[in-house]
Amino acid sequence: MKFAVIMFPGSNCDLDMFHAIQDGIGEEVSYVWHNDTNLDEYDGVLLPGGFSYGDYLRAGAIAHFSPIMEAVKKAAAEGKPVLGVCNGFQVLLESGLLPGAMRRNENLHFICKNAALQVENTETMFTRSYAPGQEVIIPVAHGEGNYYCDEKTLAALKENNQIAFTYKQNQNGSVADIAGITNEAGNVLGMMPHPERAMETLLGSEDGKKLFESIVKEWKDKHAITT
Amino acid sequence: MMTFEVTIYVTWKNGVLDPQGAAVTESLHKLGYEGVESVSISKMMQVRLTAEKEEVEAQVTEMCEKLLANPVIEDYTFEIEEVISL
Amino acid sequence: MQLLREPSPEMIQEQKLYTEMGMTDEEFDLVLKELGRLPNYTELGLFSVMWSEHCSYKNSKVLLKKFPVEGERVLQGPGEGAGIIDIDDEQAVVFKIESHNHPSAVEPYEGAATGVGGIIRDVFSMGARPIALMNSLRFGELRNPRVKYIFEGVVAGIAGYGNCIGIPTVGGEIQFDDCYEGNPLVNAMCVGLIDHKDIQKGQAKGIGNPVLYVGASTGRDGIHGATFASEELSEDSEAKRPAVQVGDPFMEKLLIEACLVAIKHPKLVGIQDMGAAGLTSSSAEMASKAGSGITMNLDHVPQREKGMTPYEMMLSESQERMLLVVEKGSEQEFIDIFEHWGLKAAIVGEVTDDHRLTLLHNGETVADVPVDALAEEAPVYHKPSKEPAYFKEFQAQEYRPKVENYSETLKTLLQQPTIASKEWVYEQYDHMVRTSTVVAPGSDAAVVRIRGTKKALAMTTDCNSRFIYLDPYEGGKLAVAEAARNIVASGAEPLGLTDCLNYGSPDKPEIFWQLERSTDGLSEACRELGTPVVGGNVSLYNETSKGAIYPTPVIGMVGLIHDTNHITTQAVKQAGDLVYFLGEVTPAFAGTELQKLQEGRIFGKAPVVDLKLEKKRHTEILDAIHKETTASVHDVSEGGFAASLTEKLFGTGLGAEVTLPSEDTLAASFSEGNANYIITVPAEKQEMFEEIITEAVLIGKVTEQPTLRINEKSGANLITESVASLEELWRGAIACAVKSKG
Repeated sequence: MKFAVIMFPGSNCDLDMFHAIQDGIGEEVSYVWHNDTNLDEYDGVLLPGGFSYGDYLRAGAIAHFSPIMEAVKKAAAEGKPVLGVCNGFQVLLESGLLPGAMRRNENLHFICKNAALQVENTETMFTRSYAPGQEVIIPVAHGEGNYYCDEKTLAALKENNQIAFTYKQNQNGSVADIAGITNEAGNVLGMMPHPERAMETLLGSEDGKKLFESIVKEWKDKHAITT
Repeated sequence: MMTFEVTIYVTWKNGVLDPQGAAVTESLHKLGYEGVESVSISKMMQVRLTAEKEEVEAQVTEMCEKLLANPVIEDYTFEIEEVISL
Repeated sequence: MQLLREPSPEMIQEQKLYTEMGMTDEEFDLVLKELGRLPNYTELGLFSVMWSEHCSYKNSKVLLKKFPVEGERVLQGPGEGAGIIDIDDEQAVVFKIESHNHPSAVEPYEGAATGVGGIIRDVFSMGARPIALMNSLRFGELRNPRVKYIFEGVVAGIAGYGNCIGIPTVGGEIQFDDCYEGNPLVNAMCVGLIDHKDIQKGQAKGIGNPVLYVGASTGRDGIHGATFASEELSEDSEAKRPAVQVGDPFMEKLLIEACLVAIKHPKLVGIQDMGAAGLTSSSAEMASKAGSGITMNLDHVPQREKGMTPYEMMLSESQERMLLVVEKGSEQEFIDIFEHWGLKAAIVGEVTDDHRLTLLHNGETVADVPVDALAEEAPVYHKPSKEPAYFKEFQAQEYRPKVENYSETLKTLLQQPTIASKEWVYEQYDHMVRTSTVVAPGSDAAVVRIRGTKKALAMTTDCNSRFIYLDPYEGGKLAVAEAARNIVASGAEPLGLTDCLNYGSPDKPEIFWQLERSTDGLSEACRELGTPVVGGNVSLYNETSKGAIYPTPVIGMVGLIHDTNHITTQAVKQAGDLVYFLGEVTPAFAGTELQKLQEGRIFGKAPVVDLKLEKKRHTEILDAIHKETTASVHDVSEGGFAASLTEKLFGTGLGAEVTLPSEDTLAASFSEGNANYIITVPAEKQEMFEEIITEAVLIGKVTEQPTLRINEKSGANLITESVASLEELWRGAIACAVKSKG
């Protein structure tokens, strides 16, 4: 399986995402610069964390006008897995691929720590390798991770099983403790915690590995059927 | 074509908690301003642009919708002023 | 128009306008001699910044010469952007620490943020990839609202810059004391990684080679920042606010990526960042080091504001700018590299053979001065030195505190901001980005692994300024020793250090004496412990109307761990492990946290450091770690044995029961300053461990039950406390102090 890690000016978790794929699960991966326009050769698209365009105006707001975003939208429409982590999640929200918006953390501080998450839905292509109800430790590192959506949207998220991860302890003020959501089709996941930082016990946790393994497993299953 | 100075205000939508505003409200209370009911911190942007007079409003509206404000959590208003150059 | 506002050379001389730029009569005369004529306003500006303490070290040079700067592994000592030390496999570590004290006192957020930005540029301008940030901070006591404002602003500024640029802030240290109330210290350190073949120097070689300006445009910000940093803070400092620059970490992120590509280009000749004194220092130093000259046409300098004068352009300290010299004919290739990253690159001048810095503006020559005069020939002062009266008094004092309730004393100590958990601070720093941080903030040293190898780097910042105030010589030794203890406790071999010497005004003989004596102590310790000084920074005039800060030479030390399996932390690992004490119990309470707590001030005779013993301990501990006989190692520092043992239990869910190794219960519990360690050892490794460290004393065990039990030597119980309740006090103290009204 071949992944693309999108690099916006100001992305800074691109390296971590790259190594998570290459060293963590041993799949193929390349960087794709934001000025590129084609993602056809890739089977999965990863939008890494960081501060694209300095997070100026609003986190993710300017990046969503990068030329590559049309290709990201196309990949999403084709049903390819699209994962946005942290700033990547913010870009997905700004570009309308996922519903809702981000506000500054309730305590107004950047928060960097290991966070306990609840896997809410193990039916998605991103979470199928986790056990139902599993608690995982995945680091958070963000200043604007306070997820907001109106009640109608929240009801829809719940109705369609779009909430993938929730915080065991809500540190940032997110609506319904939301840490990660998928789109209705289930192939676009945005999450504030960083699974790519939880790939090795040397660094404290390898609970993020199953997320990437899930993506590959799904792709291989699908591939086995179609070929 | 003329030059315009546009002042755009991006404010929080009703009902969306502004964490910065909440914190400032609290510290104003601590400073003894008990009468403060709420504070909302918004963004003010100044845009200078050259355009046909009849198109300015439509252009600015589009900028706000597309980029300057996030309609999920923010509202916007703006004022347009003509720049008279000497 | 602009030129009319600048005084004429004659006016400058007659009205002594140079004094406003911080120059003395003698220095002005020296400029006259160098030029053979009166300088114009721009030229005088060039001299004033280049001859400021910040750029020339004119007051500290005589002392810095004492430092050992060479060693088997040293590839680059002081003099370049940052020092470089070999770490085998054709790799090297690049690091430096620098102060941004005065800007942070005036505008905490931007002052701290640009301090971080500046030190990062020093490291990547050597060709290195920055991999970690550290810092060392000093504030007044947190009960003061202005101090809280500065503290919160500085932490947010460090976080704002480091988090955005994507370099993890992996550790540091913070102390609080009244002497820093109006003059906080913000020292930032950056550590980078480089392959030997990529090492760059800031040199302008090759006559006719073009000089490229890259990065942000030049504005009027930060003008006279270097001289500002070399003056005492006064009420006027607030009015000097324009001297504080605003940082743009996004721009610098792009600049790092572009420069690291440019550095691999074979046609790059030299590269240097525009730090203090901006265009002036970068151009003059690059030319001086290469024995060449530079001519610059200031009309080509990208400008953010209209109508800037040559003086303003040359002295601007706008951030995120670099100066490159490239081979003639390759300009476009470099411009393309920067354009890919959305950055501007402009050709602003060329290398000449006349050893002069010549500046053109609007078709006229506006400055023409010898580069060596600017960069090398600043006056060097050996200021008068005088032992302060307090020193003799302190030397004769014996001090022993009185403690009735050991549990309560321990609890109070754990809540002192200097000892309490700094979680409130480091949770705001992204300490994990780049996924290589093995030991995050909160242990003795931070550890960052080197991807693709078995190696890791340990790093720490240290300085207990109280001991240096009491006795600059012994305290100076202790600062280096303490840093080395932290490095060794993490399983690393100390490689070398960078120092940031923060002191009061050297014009006062008593302060100069502190500088002199402490640098003697630092030098001796560096020599004995085999840790050369490969770079650093001097920050003088850290005074307010209330007086000088404690002498605070912050040590930033880096160590090498050859195998990630040897990485050791301070936290205990499992129930049943044996607890050892290594060291001496001597009553040493002068300068301790306990003295400050009970007396409200510090006084007395500082502990004496035995460097031979220190070195022996380092060797033994590393041997014990490398033979995998230890589970955890922690040196005894602020708060003494009791506080240090308690810290070892936090976050582990375990407890400990120990018996004090001496009948002097008070000294065994709370004395500070000795080369003491607490080590835990898995039971099955007992014999091996005791063979390696014969002097270690078995004092107890790690327990399943999360309770701290400390018994007196006689066996009587002294302290029994739930670890969870101690941890709550320790963890919450700083957040609580910040939030409290007042």
